[in-house]
Amino acid sequence: MDAVDEHGEQSVQEASGLAETGTAASRLVMDADQIARACARMAHEVLEANRGADGLVVLGIPTRGVALAERLAAAMSEVEGVQIPVGSLDITLYRDDLRRHPTRVVGRSRLPAGVDDAVVVLVDDVLFSGRTVRAALDALGDLGRPQAVRLAVLVDRGHRELPVRADHVGKNLPTRADERVSVRLGEVDGVNEVTISPGPGEDSTGQNGTGQHSSRQNSTGDSPAGTDHPEERP
Amino acid sequence: MRHLLSAGDLSLAEVTGILDLAEEMAQVQARPVKKLPALRGRTIVNLFFEDSTRTRSSFELAGKWLSADVINVSAKGSSVSKGESLRDTVLTVAAMGVDALVIRHHASGAPGQAARWVDAHVLNAGDGTHEHPTQALLDAFTLRRHFRRTEPDRDTFAGKTIVLAGDITHSRVARSNVLLLRTLGAEVVLVAPPTLMPAGVGSWPVATSTDLDEVLPEADAVMMLRVQRERMSGGYFPTPREYTVGYGLTRARLGALRPGVAICHPGPMNRGLEISADAADAANSLILDQVAAGVAVRMSVLYQLLGGEDATPTSSRGDA
Repeated sequence: MDAVDEHGEQSVQEASGLAETGTAASRLVMDADQIARACARMAHEVLEANRGADGLVVLGIPTRGVALAERLAAAMSEVEGVQIPVGSLDITLYRDDLRRHPTRVVGRSRLPAGVDDAVVVLVDDVLFSGRTVRAALDALGDLGRPQAVRLAVLVDRGHRELPVRADHVGKNLPTRADERVSVRLGEVDGVNEVTISPGPGEDSTGQNGTGQHSSRQNSTGDSPAGTDHPEERP
Repeated sequence: MRHLLSAGDLSLAEVTGILDLAEEMAQVQARPVKKLPALRGRTIVNLFFEDSTRTRSSFELAGKWLSADVINVSAKGSSVSKGESLRDTVLTVAAMGVDALVIRHHASGAPGQAARWVDAHVLNAGDGTHEHPTQALLDAFTLRRHFRRTEPDRDTFAGKTIVLAGDITHSRVARSNVLLLRTLGAEVVLVAPPTLMPAGVGSWPVATSTDLDEVLPEADAVMMLRVQRERMSGGYFPTPREYTVGYGLTRARLGALRPGVAICHPGPMNRGLEISADAADAANSLILDQVAAGVAVRMSVLYQLLGGEDATPTSSRGDA
């Protein structure tokens, strides 16, 4: 199962158990070593920007953001020799496209510590439209008042629809808007890789198994905040 | 899910989904800002033809914490007291463009009937002696939490024996609980004096008994049901005292329970009649947990029904 561009994964998991890995159309852009190195570098960057671990709270956005958050926090804890609080922040109930899809499954939120006056590091797998981050900022605002919020993503694929930027990026990946970026992580998918595959226009198989293809046509809801519908873009 | 009319309409997956989401919603109750934007722009009407404190107020809070607009219409002080029929009242309220109707009515089947008249989502908040599905859901939520204290991975109630004791005949809570607890895999034992055991109970997927003392030692949870004197025209048992001796959860009976057995009561309690103060206030009493769970469970249900795209009459997708 694939993490599809930010927040498609839940419905993707429901849609199909097939894996896209290995289809001729998808291209590997990061392997396990590259992902590990990117995480290690981001961990050091976060600590450098924060001048240490003081006040850090790392929150991953489910599903794969949580796995990445745990990796970052573990790497930082090892460097600093202190336990850095890590948890999850589900943003489903803050999405701006709830009424465009059948009812979405809500993920788990687990706050390891209060966010008041903390430096919250939001972690997600792919930064695309920026709508997920907007939702996460709204969710954080209801939980308290952090001193600062930073954003760390494994892949920044561009095509922002809101004024959002990441502070720490594993890899900048130029893409066309209709291409699909899939992040797979060992904790969730049993394999560590980032792949890119063409959009539905070039995919003639019609069954790439990720729910990506069908989502464009019937809105089964695997797109982040509706942004994966190029045809709907203004 | 289009409507919530009966606990029996829910599959195990749907029940688990509702209970899991209720766990997330329960966290919102502990936050400084108890508000989620998920139902912004939705309108919910609580249409209560019968008295209620906890159900109505928890539905109201649940809707408001999800940012829906909620209004309450009760029979007293509305056109119902001028003789307006259920159908006219429901159609009038629906004509204002509401998204959901939460209906409590003294007639069994009233919400089901209303669901046929309107396009809005209909939630049964208790109809006559028929069903009260959100009460069963919050009972299941409370019990699941209780069981998870010792078994953190428990999702179903397989292998658990739940005793429901008291006025089964008049209890919509019992009917919804039987359906839901069976879906969750529990063994259900109903205990009541013969006069308060409903006709046809033999066809229910439960065991029955008229001897509370016989079943208590096997129970993993005991749910005491209220003696509904307002639905009785007399003659169901000789005296309240005699009822208590035979079917009340008295201090003496507490000793017959295995340690840590959950004690539940849907409220409002008749202290001293079906449940003693010792039982109601015991350390393993979950009665206040049940009340606390009410809002979270109803938030979860409202989100499941209203959280997605509009189910317009022309769209068949919402009817699935």
